[in-house]
Amino acid sequence: MTKQETMSFIKKAIPCLTELNAPANLSIEKQKQMFRTMCVIREFDSQVRTLWMKNEIYGLAHSYVGAEAIGVGACSAIEKSDWITSTHRGHGHTIAKGANTRAMMAELHGKFEGLNRGKGGSMHIADVEIGMLGATGIVGSGMPIALGSAISAKVLGNNAVTICFHGDGGTNQGVWHESINMAAAWNLPAIFLIENNQYAIATEISWVAKETDLYKRAIGYGIEGVQIDGFNVFEVYKAVKKAAEKARNGGGPTLIEARFMRILGHFVADDQWYRNQEEAELFWEVEPIKRMREYFLNNKLLTAQEVDALQQSAIEEIADSIHYAQNECTEPSPDTLYDDIYANGEIIY
Amino acid sequence: MAIITVRQALNDAFKEEMKIDPTIIIMGCDIGVRGGPFGITLDLMKLYGKDRVIDTPISEPAFVGAGVGAAATGLRPVVEVLYSDWITLGMDQLVNMAAKMRYMFGGKVNIPLVVRAPFGMGGGIAAQHSQSFEAWFNHVPGFKVVAPIEPHDVKGMMKTALRDNNPVIFFEHKRSYGIKGEVPDGAESESYTVPFGKAAIRREGTDVTIVAYSMMAIRAKLAAAELEKEGISCEVIDLISLLPLDYETVMNSIAKTNRVVVCQEANLRGGMAGDIVAEIIDRGFDLLDAPPVRVGGLNVPTPYNKGLEDLCIPDEKKIKDAVCAVLNNR
Repeated sequence: MTKQETMSFIKKAIPCLTELNAPANLSIEKQKQMFRTMCVIREFDSQVRTLWMKNEIYGLAHSYVGAEAIGVGACSAIEKSDWITSTHRGHGHTIAKGANTRAMMAELHGKFEGLNRGKGGSMHIADVEIGMLGATGIVGSGMPIALGSAISAKVLGNNAVTICFHGDGGTNQGVWHESINMAAAWNLPAIFLIENNQYAIATEISWVAKETDLYKRAIGYGIEGVQIDGFNVFEVYKAVKKAAEKARNGGGPTLIEARFMRILGHFVADDQWYRNQEEAELFWEVEPIKRMREYFLNNKLLTAQEVDALQQSAIEEIADSIHYAQNECTEPSPDTLYDDIYANGEIIY
Repeated sequence: MAIITVRQALNDAFKEEMKIDPTIIIMGCDIGVRGGPFGITLDLMKLYGKDRVIDTPISEPAFVGAGVGAAATGLRPVVEVLYSDWITLGMDQLVNMAAKMRYMFGGKVNIPLVVRAPFGMGGGIAAQHSQSFEAWFNHVPGFKVVAPIEPHDVKGMMKTALRDNNPVIFFEHKRSYGIKGEVPDGAESESYTVPFGKAAIRREGTDVTIVAYSMMAIRAKLAAAELEKEGISCEVIDLISLLPLDYETVMNSIAKTNRVVVCQEANLRGGMAGDIVAEIIDRGFDLLDAPPVRVGGLNVPTPYNKGLEDLCIPDEKKIKDAVCAVLNNR
């Protein structure tokens, strides 16, 4: 394919593909921070894949590689006191919300020093103290949790908003409909953010939904729905910023469809034999880190050396987190097995 | 002492706790304006407003889950499923989220959620309105499961549930709401609580221990009174709380009687009674002079026809027959 043919193919899958264009009030420092966070996520999940292949990480792990613009754009547009719910693909959300990567890597290694004391692992990684209500292994199950979090904000009057990250797969669960309907009926401060990577494991969204512009479903709930370029960190930032302001001002929920494409497999060892691999690879052309790098250079905002330094510091942060997890952490003692089933140290055998 | 109904006991518990704790909210179908199908939540919306007493759409999976999310973020929600049969609709959020979030997150969150589940057979409401699923929740680590029946315990235990930091499944027998009983009055009326994990001995006896809960505890008391006339002395234990369960009281009683009948209203297969019998055997096989006997419903979907329904309900006669069976093994 020529470059033109490639772009035309990509545009067909992502009609809302948009040039990177930072909002006027977004400082270069904040932009650099957003770029670096995307690089941290990229490096974290790239290393997780390698570690998993080497049998150094147990269980299952789902990579956020390629989706970095969504988690980072969205979490940069809200406060630490706000809430997010996540998916089975939750490392990116957790990092974007501000979690410590050492504690995260320790968790994936099952260590006691891990974010969840080695009891959650990749699929249940959570950091409630920073407003991250947990990854979940059940597709769509974050929807009611986000609804409840938005109810809390209303009752407590604390002005918090909740972003519910979920995939296109989650949009076909019953709780998706029920939760948005209630949030809309009660004007709750929630943002339902669909990470539409167009695949539910091997099932293409078009096989299971006649209308694949998922944002249009908002009409049925009487709320605003928007579709944005999910490979574009600034478009995500702008859409979430606007939705969050609206939510805080009593304007109710917004449905945001961040349209992009899953490039890698469903989980780290999925070779995607079921899908046209060459076509999937084409989307590296528009992946978010490459595009943001080009944006910095083309607009002469940063030099290549400055961008390299940000990327390098992300690589070093993750190398340090792996070193920490593998050399400075301990296995949870069998004594901890029954801890934390019940609150306040209560144990029921 | 004052005499009130189970209905009033629950209503009072909510009114009193919601007054002192502004983080308690109640959600469910028709619970606000209408006060619920059984009148349990009457007047709460008038007292505490629409933000805290929420009439939901018929969307159990999401409003049960919303209770979990609200519990994780600073509230103490009470969620009502109109009949416990429909708790099946909220099962994913309860089993996979409510019961596990604290553990999965390494203890970094509390889920102070109360789920009200009106359960039990009777009244011809047939297969989808008569079931008792307490054993399912007993099976899942992370829940507390209670089924008080006396107004005193219902009120005091609801208060305990509203102050607990764990998900509590609160089974109310739907034919118990009119049952009357004594509760403390005066200052103690608002201050007393009933703890989890503590059974009550309803009647002391020496020949057989009858372990029961909810409506079966009422029936066991009636059966024991009749057996007394026949010269058989039964000790009746009302468990009140199923998880945690007060095995100390159960085993102390068995140490005295050496015989036990365990009752549940749910159909017998896979139920609480089997689990309790297994635990009794683990803890004190040598104390038993006869094999334990279980009493429970029949393993059929509850039929509509009154005659057929009656066959399914484990009544006083079945409890008496069971007591005679353990005694005949003398």
